[in-house]
Amino acid sequence: MQVYLPIAELSLDVFLLLGLGGLIGFLSGLFGVGGGFLMTPLLIFIGVPPAIAVATQSTHVVASSVSGVLAHWKRGNVDVKMGVILLCGGFVGSTLGVGMFTLLRSIGQIDLVISLSYVVLLGTLGVMLMLEGARALLRRRGQGRTGKLHSHNWAHGLPLKTRFRKSRLYISALVPLAIGFGVGVISSLMGVGGGFILVPLMIYVLGMPTTVVIGTSLFQIIFVSANVTFLQASQNQAVDLVLALLLVLGGVIGAQFGGRLGARLPGDLLRLLLGLLILSVGAKLLVDLLVPPHDIYSLGLT
Amino acid sequence: MNRLVRRRLFSLLLGTFVAAAIVLPARPVGLVADLSSYLVAITTGFSGEDVLFFGAVDGPGDVVVVLRGPDGEQQVLRKSRVAGIWMNTARMSFRQVPSYYAVASTRPIEEIADRAVLRSLEIGLSNLRLALPAAIASANIADEWRAALIRNKQAQGLFARELAKVTLRDERLFRTSFYLPPTVPVGYYQAQVYLFRGGQAVSAQTIPLSVSKVGLEADVFLFAHRRPSLYGLVAVIFALLAGWIAHAVFRRN
Repeated sequence: MQVYLPIAELSLDVFLLLGLGGLIGFLSGLFGVGGGFLMTPLLIFIGVPPAIAVATQSTHVVASSVSGVLAHWKRGNVDVKMGVILLCGGFVGSTLGVGMFTLLRSIGQIDLVISLSYVVLLGTLGVMLMLEGARALLRRRGQGRTGKLHSHNWAHGLPLKTRFRKSRLYISALVPLAIGFGVGVISSLMGVGGGFILVPLMIYVLGMPTTVVIGTSLFQIIFVSANVTFLQASQNQAVDLVLALLLVLGGVIGAQFGGRLGARLPGDLLRLLLGLLILSVGAKLLVDLLVPPHDIYSLGLT
Repeated sequence: MNRLVRRRLFSLLLGTFVAAAIVLPARPVGLVADLSSYLVAITTGFSGEDVLFFGAVDGPGDVVVVLRGPDGEQQVLRKSRVAGIWMNTARMSFRQVPSYYAVASTRPIEEIADRAVLRSLEIGLSNLRLALPAAIASANIADEWRAALIRNKQAQGLFARELAKVTLRDERLFRTSFYLPPTVPVGYYQAQVYLFRGGQAVSAQTIPLSVSKVGLEADVFLFAHRRPSLYGLVAVIFALLAGWIAHAVFRRN
């Protein structure tokens, strides 16, 4: 059954879109990630223009983050103060990112920038996750947890020191502000929530306890992605609500199944699998950049 | 009073008749054409549509139908290898490129008329006026860009790859159809129907065709473009609600 997407201006199969949303939802439920980094390339692959894919995807990110954060909120795993500072940086970063997006699109380089950002980020992250997952699997029967709760580094020497009671931290507010800004730029350029970059940064740079990391990152992603959705709609008219509706519907159902399976698998194995998945998406995008294209000419904006 | 009006009306009608009598012999109507529908409606279930053209001619000859979408500027990009990576490094803008273009005829167009005639009427892809400004490209480079433009439009299904067939019955009735793909651009299309005799177009008719979104599709599109900020707010509220509902359903299970 075909459905015509009014903003993307093309018609696609309803079940293909529902299935795609379901698959991404399943993976995001399984691994506890937003899944935007997989959704955007897949949408582009089935023919949705990159600009529409990135913009519409941000709507999906808002929906899945809201349903995720509510569960964490109930358990008290959201550091609101930290989240608000992160999202202040995120607002500025994402606004700038949407502006860059508009500019890059007009000069015909947006596809390249999207692909390159994916290759660099997914490559780095995939390797990190796989190494960690593999190492943890190997020393499974080894020692227990060692080391400090979090390490002290250069980030702790900056001014504007603030106390974050829930995260049990006393650090400069400039660091989360900068992190929020950087992730905001990236998330608006790549059409992702940015959780997969934000979470490692919160753990390794800010030194936040892992219990509050997911809830807080989801909390800030809601607001930053809502900002991206709004700006993409008002500046670029690139948000397709019909497409978003189908993806969200499929995603909600898929996430339930993924979440149940994820609860049964060991965390280290999940990390290894996620690393593998991320690496293969990155590798596919890299190969596409390196292999001579089918036609070196393509049509730009009309 | 009444008589005066009637006399005026009579003289007006007479004048019209005389004018028509003078004009008509100079331009004989050898061709009448029409199409199945003047509106191609893009609805939620739209997955492409065939548009049927039919009509009658007053004797032997060749019928050529050209369907052309609204003209617009079209950018073409060219990739080259930079540090191992293929990226867009050059671009050209063509002015006045039809968004859709297809031709149907009773015989191959080269047999119907010579190149100069076809070129002046822009019949056939090779006769389309798709020139780059001479200042920015030499002839052979311009040809390469032009070929790339046509190739890419063909790949999108918006320029017909082949000449469609016009079937002519008893040298009187003709019919043909064009396929508009799901990606067909909206706007006002024009179909030119020509009757050729002895290598010249002896009669021609222009039929307008509107391709537009209707119903929900049109509402969403117009909403997004006329009230973008409000549309953005609606998108955000939709996403928040969807997430909340998902959570509520999730919790119950």
